[in-house]
Amino acid sequence: MPKVIVNDIEVDADPKDNCILAARKAGVEIPHYCWHEALSVVASCRMCLVEVGEKKPDGTVVMGPKLVPGCQTPIKDGTVIKTDTQKVKTSQALTLELLLLNHPLDCSICDQAGECYLQDYTYKFGKAQSRLDEPKIQREDKYHIGEQIALFTDRCVMCTRCVRFTREVSGTAELQVVARGSHEEIDVFPETPCNNKLAGNVVDLCPVGALCSKDFLYKKRVWWLKSADSVCTGCSTGCSIHIDQNEDKVYRLRPRTNPLAQGHFMCDEGRFGFKYISDERRLTKPRVSESIALSKKSNGSKAGGLGDLNFSDPWSDVLEVTRTKIKEAIKTDARGFVGVLSPFMTIEEAYLLASYLKQLDSRVRLVLGPVPMVGTDDMYPKGPKGEAPEAGKVKFTIRAEKCPNRLGVEAVLRHFEGQVISVAQVAAKADATSWYFVGGYQHGWVDESIDRGVGKPSLLIVQDLFPSPLSDRADIVLPSGSFAERDGTYVNHSGLAQTANAAVRSPADTRSDGRILMELTERKGLYNAMAIRKEIGGVIRSLAALGVGDLGENGVKLNASNREPVFS
Amino acid sequence: MSDSEFKPVLLGRVGRPNSQSLESYKADGGYKALAKALSMANTDVIETVKASGLRGRGGAGFPTGLKWTFLPKDINGPVYLCINGDESEPGTFNNRVLIEEDPHQVLEGIVISSYATRTTTAYFYLRYEYGRCYRVLKAAIDEMYANNLLGKNILGSNYSLDIHLHRGACAYICGEETGLIESLEGKRAWPRIKPPFPAIEGAFRRPTVVNNVETMACIPHIIERGPEWFMTMGIPKDPNNPRDAGSYGPKLYCISGHVNKPGLVELPMGITARELIDKHAGGVWKGRKAKAVVPGGISMGFMSEKELDTPLDFAGPGRVGCLGLGTAAVIVIDDHTSMVDVLYNACRFFAHESCGQCTPCREGTAWSTKILERIREGRGKLSDIDLLLEISSSIGTIPGSTICGLADGAAWPMKTAINKFRPEFEEYIKSGRKSESRQLAGAH
Repeated sequence: MPKVIVNDIEVDADPKDNCILAARKAGVEIPHYCWHEALSVVASCRMCLVEVGEKKPDGTVVMGPKLVPGCQTPIKDGTVIKTDTQKVKTSQALTLELLLLNHPLDCSICDQAGECYLQDYTYKFGKAQSRLDEPKIQREDKYHIGEQIALFTDRCVMCTRCVRFTREVSGTAELQVVARGSHEEIDVFPETPCNNKLAGNVVDLCPVGALCSKDFLYKKRVWWLKSADSVCTGCSTGCSIHIDQNEDKVYRLRPRTNPLAQGHFMCDEGRFGFKYISDERRLTKPRVSESIALSKKSNGSKAGGLGDLNFSDPWSDVLEVTRTKIKEAIKTDARGFVGVLSPFMTIEEAYLLASYLKQLDSRVRLVLGPVPMVGTDDMYPKGPKGEAPEAGKVKFTIRAEKCPNRLGVEAVLRHFEGQVISVAQVAAKADATSWYFVGGYQHGWVDESIDRGVGKPSLLIVQDLFPSPLSDRADIVLPSGSFAERDGTYVNHSGLAQTANAAVRSPADTRSDGRILMELTERKGLYNAMAIRKEIGGVIRSLAALGVGDLGENGVKLNASNREPVFS
Repeated sequence: MSDSEFKPVLLGRVGRPNSQSLESYKADGGYKALAKALSMANTDVIETVKASGLRGRGGAGFPTGLKWTFLPKDINGPVYLCINGDESEPGTFNNRVLIEEDPHQVLEGIVISSYATRTTTAYFYLRYEYGRCYRVLKAAIDEMYANNLLGKNILGSNYSLDIHLHRGACAYICGEETGLIESLEGKRAWPRIKPPFPAIEGAFRRPTVVNNVETMACIPHIIERGPEWFMTMGIPKDPNNPRDAGSYGPKLYCISGHVNKPGLVELPMGITARELIDKHAGGVWKGRKAKAVVPGGISMGFMSEKELDTPLDFAGPGRVGCLGLGTAAVIVIDDHTSMVDVLYNACRFFAHESCGQCTPCREGTAWSTKILERIREGRGKLSDIDLLLEISSSIGTIPGSTICGLADGAAWPMKTAINKFRPEFEEYIKSGRKSESRQLAGAH
């Protein structure tokens, strides 16, 4: 490891690091705009200028005569980086003054305010006064730049991150620089707006308030947003994300950098696809059918009529009834009882239900719910004619498998059932008498074959987000939680187990699946994903890696730890 | 060799009837140097050019032979030679005359240089505005193909070469070598970050040499008459300065501005500015005195009247605070002209031509133009002078704040004008008067 000295702090750096990364390891921030880890180096904003020198073996330090861009300058053993000299500070202050020359300073109405690098760097490295005594250049806002993005042209610092993103990552190359000198602007060709499936990332990449998301525009000041680390459940890529919420309303999703998962970005489908969680059609109340309610009433329950649903806590009675009904059904026909685990469930939730049902009777069948597939894997960067990149050059993939945790749920099923049977197979046989369905899908998932295969069983329990033909005729409906309300672990396409944290509380009388199952399965205490994860690590061999409990920000690769081909 | 004995070398054939044709070039002994070069080993050609002390005529003055040796030794695949004919430094017009009047001299140099660098494809990057040059060059290249001077097995040797003539699209920045390469590749001419230098990774990600047109014109003469002959002209190396490479050979001086006889003269390197103006340009016009002289294109800055005895070789202008010899385009400014107006004109040019990639250059050049505009409207402040100096001292590759040298070129006129004519600026601002010269149209 090369040793680098940053402002007299000695650190071990990676040989591939540039000065910015090496300084970061020493806890020193080198301000930068144009440089981004996932994009090519252009060294054009000149914000990261630092003094670089070399410490000779005899201990003397020889500094270079010029300022050099930290992003472009590689390090080696003995490199000395100085960011606190007068020369560097003067240069940083002047560069900021120059960047702000034609900037409208409209922070009060700018969406980026609060997470803007012009604000932050000016506060840290700039000066309070501008010496400009001439009118600023005014430019037109460009709302036409994309369906999801708007360009506030005069806030742009011309770092060209967005341009490089569309050329290097999405490969679609819609954005470009037009005109020259201080008149240059980001623009698109006429009638070819930036609407590729990764376009939303340019908003995150923009270090200032130039590119804004139309979806989030003027919705919320960013300093009111609280953020939870989670995982996107849109496809099996399992992008690490931040869920930004305020007062239990999710305002936006942002990608969270994770080299083990997707890298730095996420697709628009995932980014803007979270709206369903606040859809008004969501199931909001637990419900039991009239026949069950009546029978319960005749049993002399303390509560009033269940059909009328007049409870102080609707859940405790409903769950009690559910538990009783499950036990009855299993006693009658254990082989005919089928538990359907959805690939939207976390491992913990799947484990809670599977272990409970199997413990009641090992003949109970556990099956995998439908795995939604849409088209084929969509790989980027695209070639000039929209063709997929060659193998090995793929920078981002939107997967056809539109669920987050098929592999995780399959691992649970393999442990408890010995094999993975799909719900379609059981539905085709039509030999089940009782069903416990767990849904959680974004879109309608009950197709005709399932609908017909389920028919009119003696017991039908549906735990789901949205009404479906099954929930309409179910004996018991348990309104469950969306991804933003879940704590737990997902295993993505490559066997990476990542933890998701609940960002918001479940709306109305809904509950997250973990909380429902914790109480249903007669476990003591509150639902705690980490405790269950540790338990799973001890029970399921292929998931032994979960035994650590805390999987860290980036998650843990399962395949690497147990070297068994448990995942097909 | 004194000036009176000097016979033009590069301009030797200018004015002959039909000087552009292959026939007349051959009649004057053309393409003998090529035949000689093809009979030599390519490394010997490089050594000959190296020994001549020829330095690039494009502005930076980098030794040409040395540049060629930077190409990787074991190259698989193509090497490219790019000829920089994007002559757009204000005041410069020597490439234009060379191409329009004697294209085969330049082209012969290109073929020899391509042979030396083992190039099989050369690109001639010509600025768009040079329409006549384009037609002349095109005709000359066609003639060469027809006469086995280009294409397969040139003059019966094993060596083959193609030259592509590429027209730019009117941008100063395309004269910067990596900007030129980007433009040649069909991209926006944003200079590249170095390293890698073009000799390692240039056009189309291949090793590339970029040379100026006038440099190419020197090559056939060096091959034909030998490096010793070339070194009889010019200023020898400074023995006290090991980094000085000397200034050898003939040089084309473009004289323009307030002189009686503007034009192009060829002289051995090292004539003083005063001698050049008085002897070869008929003196300053209207019987006036020179106030300032630009030694080599506006980006090199200004020399004051007192400094006119500076020799115009590669080292001379640097000794009086200018950036260098540049393109040896001498612009004379008489004592009736306001330096505020002159500087405004220069700044306006650079603000217009800044490619806009690096923040300091993009914003600094535009800001300084705005400040000078305000001063010319009679609304200047004395603090503006120091602000202009601060901007000029912090933009460019010399402080390290930009990728290419355009910003240095923008900074030097500001720096030298203010340092050498500061009282005039102060007086102008204090008087609060408006500029008498016409307001130039906005740059965009």
